[in-house]
Amino acid sequence: MMDFIQTLGRNTRSSFTKLGRATFFLLQAITGITDILPRPRLLLNQLYSVGVLSFLIISISGLFVGMVLGLQGFYILSDFGAEETLGVMVAASLVRELGPVVSALLFAGRAGSALTAEIGLMKATEQLSGMEMMAVDPIKRIISPRFLAGLISMPLLAALFSAIGIIGGQIVGTGLLGVDEGAYWSQMQAKLDFQDDIINGVIKSLVFGFVTSWIALFEGYDAIPTSEGVSRATTRTVVNSAFSILGLDFILTALMFGDD
Amino acid sequence: MSDSARSQNSLVAVRGLSFSRGDNKIFKDVFMDFERGKITAIMGPSGTGKTTLLKLIGGQLRPAQGSVTVDGSNVHRLRRSELFVLRKRMGMLFQSGALLTDMNVYDNVAFPLREHTHLSESMIRTLVLMKLQAVGLRGARNLMPNELSGGMARRIALARAIALDPMMIMYDEPFTGQDPISKGVLVHLIKSLNETLGLTTIIVSHDVQETSAIADYVYVVSDGKVIGEGTPTEIQHSSSEWVQQFMDGSADGPVHFHYPAKDLQDDLMSSGKRY
Repeated sequence: MMDFIQTLGRNTRSSFTKLGRATFFLLQAITGITDILPRPRLLLNQLYSVGVLSFLIISISGLFVGMVLGLQGFYILSDFGAEETLGVMVAASLVRELGPVVSALLFAGRAGSALTAEIGLMKATEQLSGMEMMAVDPIKRIISPRFLAGLISMPLLAALFSAIGIIGGQIVGTGLLGVDEGAYWSQMQAKLDFQDDIINGVIKSLVFGFVTSWIALFEGYDAIPTSEGVSRATTRTVVNSAFSILGLDFILTALMFGDD
Repeated sequence: MSDSARSQNSLVAVRGLSFSRGDNKIFKDVFMDFERGKITAIMGPSGTGKTTLLKLIGGQLRPAQGSVTVDGSNVHRLRRSELFVLRKRMGMLFQSGALLTDMNVYDNVAFPLREHTHLSESMIRTLVLMKLQAVGLRGARNLMPNELSGGMARRIALARAIALDPMMIMYDEPFTGQDPISKGVLVHLIKSLNETLGLTTIIVSHDVQETSAIADYVYVVSDGKVIGEGTPTEIQHSSSEWVQQFMDGSADGPVHFHYPAKDLQDDLMSSGKRY
């Protein structure tokens, strides 16, 4: 019993210390952003590796998710003779929920894990220490550009996911199942609200991008500099990002759509 | 040279330094002087915190007690920005080389110049080629770090460490894991850089022969304390049994061959339960 309480205390204390370190790290990463402005190339390189390289996985997943939504939506809506509203259903599900959430989960798996492994290995091979000894702040030089790139990429990737998903839904709905194409698009246009649906979706993906990049970069920076330590950190990035994304999605949804 | 003359001429002075990791005391009240323009070696077995000492001098770690003064300024009293200004004048060669793996050799050597100066690219090119020439690897400028051998990576890292023309350079185990030719090349380079650039040099190493060949002064460290110091010849003839064991590389002596354990017979006769 004593052991249990001791372990509990120790773990709680170490979690809080880690949270403190993570917060301090985040503040440094954010203040470091001002140093990137005169050197846009640092950011562009990261936008490429974090954003552009995630393009394919996001597009393909978006297409399939949209197609499945089209298919499932059609079967349910046609029971009520409401298959004309398929466009609304597909678009609302994507823009409000699936776009931000699924693309953030994919982003954590593709880009987040890569960031953690990269930073962790840089630490293990003394590259970060080496930089410090060359009087270059690794947080400003390495972390801040990656953080900003994650923040910018995530809403764009989520928008791409939703847009391709809507096209996927349309391919299945109007192409295979015979929903009227005009109805698919016009219903969507009429029912979707810019503020409620699109802006809220963008806010969600911004929040997810912020949290995922923070977790990924911090786990890499805080990793134990051995191969095992880096592998654990990479796993923690994916697991913690997934939990944070899903938990935050619930909170954000409750706040945004609660009054409707 | 007398101790007081050495300390007057020292670029780096370590005074009463103590440092612990958890309960493990790495240094206990250590005093050292690193003379300007000289090669000073710190020798001792693996795991005695030699690398830690370099990190303390570079301000990457903070001592529990005592001070480290580099060129008149107390490293651990400086603000972060002041420390960075000081670090531009301190080169450090890490054991692994610590080259940035996403850049080729040329960009690695150009890295500190691009970060800290506003020189034109053509000027940077001239400087980079000169530094690479000094380490004999001008022809390797387009290779990536993963295409280099261990010895080459260290020489490139050395070129990078001297890119900003520092006043001193610290070598962390420069000879470890090198073949005899690379060792010879590094010994020659360290000596010639020290002489031609007037660099104050600190070498942390457990390679007795190579280090003794070029060092002007040696500190032998064990168990968190300096257990012997002097010129390489003085150290060779030290009366301390421990220093003798280290210099000769004997398997047993004051440092035992066996890691502390209970009696062998008791151990073999016990139940074998894992504990």
